Amino acid sequence: MLEQQLINGLTLGLIYALIAVGYTMVYGVIQLINFAHGEIYMLGAFFCVTFITAVGLPFYVAICMAMICCSLCGILLDIIAYRPLRKAPRLAALITAIGMSIFLQNLALIIWGSRSKPFPQMAVPGYLKEKALVMGDISLTWLQLFIFAVAISMMFGLFLIINKTRIGTAMRALSQNKTAAALMGINVNFVISFTFALGSAMGAVAGILVSVYYNTLYPTMGYTAGVKAFAAAVLGGIGSVPGAMVGGIVLGVAEALGAGYVSSLYRDGVAYAVMIAVIIFRPSGILGRSVIDKA
Amino acid sequence: MLEMWGVQAYYGNIQALKDISLSVQAGEIVTLIGANGAGKSTTLMTISSVVAVRAGSISFEGQDITKMSTDRVVGLGITQVPEGRMIFPALTVLENLRMGGYLRKDRDGLKEDEEHAFQLFPILKERRRQHGGTLSGGEQQMLAIARALMARPRLLLLDEPSLGLAPIVVENIFEVIAQINAEGTTILLVEQNAQMALQVAHRGYVLETGRVTMSGTSSELLADPKVREAYLGMD
Ligand SMILES: Nc1ncnc2c1ncn2[C@@H]1O[C@H](COP(=O)(O)OP(=O)(O)O)[C@@H](O)[C@H]1O
Ligand SMILES: [Mg+2]
Repeated sequence: MLEQQLINGLTLGLIYALIAVGYTMVYGVIQLINFAHGEIYMLGAFFCVTFITAVGLPFYVAICMAMICCSLCGILLDIIAYRPLRKAPRLAALITAIGMSIFLQNLALIIWGSRSKPFPQMAVPGYLKEKALVMGDISLTWLQLFIFAVAISMMFGLFLIINKTRIGTAMRALSQNKTAAALMGINVNFVISFTFALGSAMGAVAGILVSVYYNTLYPTMGYTAGVKAFAAAVLGGIGSVPGAMVGGIVLGVAEALGAGYVSSLYRDGVAYAVMIAVIIFRPSGILGRSVIDKA
Repeated sequence: MLEMWGVQAYYGNIQALKDISLSVQAGEIVTLIGANGAGKSTTLMTISSVVAVRAGSISFEGQDITKMSTDRVVGLGITQVPEGRMIFPALTVLENLRMGGYLRKDRDGLKEDEEHAFQLFPILKERRRQHGGTLSGGEQQMLAIARALMARPRLLLLDEPSLGLAPIVVENIFEVIAQINAEGTTILLVEQNAQMALQVAHRGYVLETGRVTMSGTSSELLADPKVREAYLGMD
């Protein structure tokens, strides 16, 4: 029972972590809570399903295409909505972010309708639905293993990009001192766009994985997931990439345990309780520092 | 090499530069001296396009750079060591240097320049895996200069390199400035320490509340009674 809850919690936690790194990276470079990030996650799921049903692309290709589309959406979101407000008071950008969240949610409602859809099961490779491991009353599906593998390898990829590449170092430099970064010859807007693209691609994958895992997608799905991933980012220390990873996993596990041992009604409450507790007791988060530091 | 004509700049509604005209010839060390708040740093920031020019113009090697973005100005060969050093505190010394060479693609040249920087400032080699934020003030200034040199600038803008440093470190920094210039880099040096600045520079400009009020060769300025009284603390 405990092991099963831990496995479920870890699955969910890794997904939160995938979304949370998007919040935290954007915060690192432009000190903005991008509330529309949850909608990018939702769009990831819808783009993927649309590529499967309307275009007929295979599962994995559709995932890649959805990632690319979401990256472009992230870049456009920044250019259209946030860039004009770069020098404005922070509150203006924050309100704009909330507005963009509402706008994108309603756009999705118009395009895809308000009812939740199942994920097209014929497109999902059959082996993902089989049980990979059954030990006593614990079971682990291939889909869960797939989620572990995808999430962990994406985080590892992100770790390499941030720590080992020229543009990743520029991201960290930018988050530490904008003026100095510009004086190095870094094209600040390009690096910001790159950050949005990276975070959005990871958010898209999270949205797809969730919609396959729960076999459902709907235009408002980005709201709860967004709030929880934001809580995870706050828990880990907003701005810290490793913090977002740890925060996501801790939150997922806490939620699963809360739901399993107290009541499933408390599932969502756990995220809010954690966020409130962090803000009261340790506002800088577990690994908190407001710069993109080494993962 | 660099020309500024009647440059004006603002912070919000406050006019920081009222009328800045100056020129720097290739190979020179030119210094800007003036009291705190005179507009020296702002002048350098307008050259680097960090602060926007409201009126007037700036050209570099005949090209108008008044409205060019900061990264393009750096690409043309103008690098700044800003006031307060602005080291990236959570990047290692080596990563700080690499950011200095951000726009360069020649790996071999970069490696060479890294070695050259370590020759210039051996302490940085010892500290190369440490975070920039853990260095002392003097070491940070060395890192800031070394980082700027990684861009192989043709014009180096230095803003108060001696600020807050022990006299012995200041001496070391000024030796390096002379050496960098001897190796062919043109330098525009902002200093409150006018004595040191005029000793190393060929020419100088005096700034007062956003205007150039005096200019001349270093020896002329060193001999000028007004400069001696106001900036050199003599007579
Ligand atoms: N970021 C800023 N915001 C508002 N005013 C500023 C800012 N930076 C400088 N100033 C003002 O502009 C004027 C020139 O400043 P500065 O160029 O820093 O002088 P200096 O480098 O000669 O000490 C000063 O009056 C200063 O108060
Ligand atoms: Mg200054």
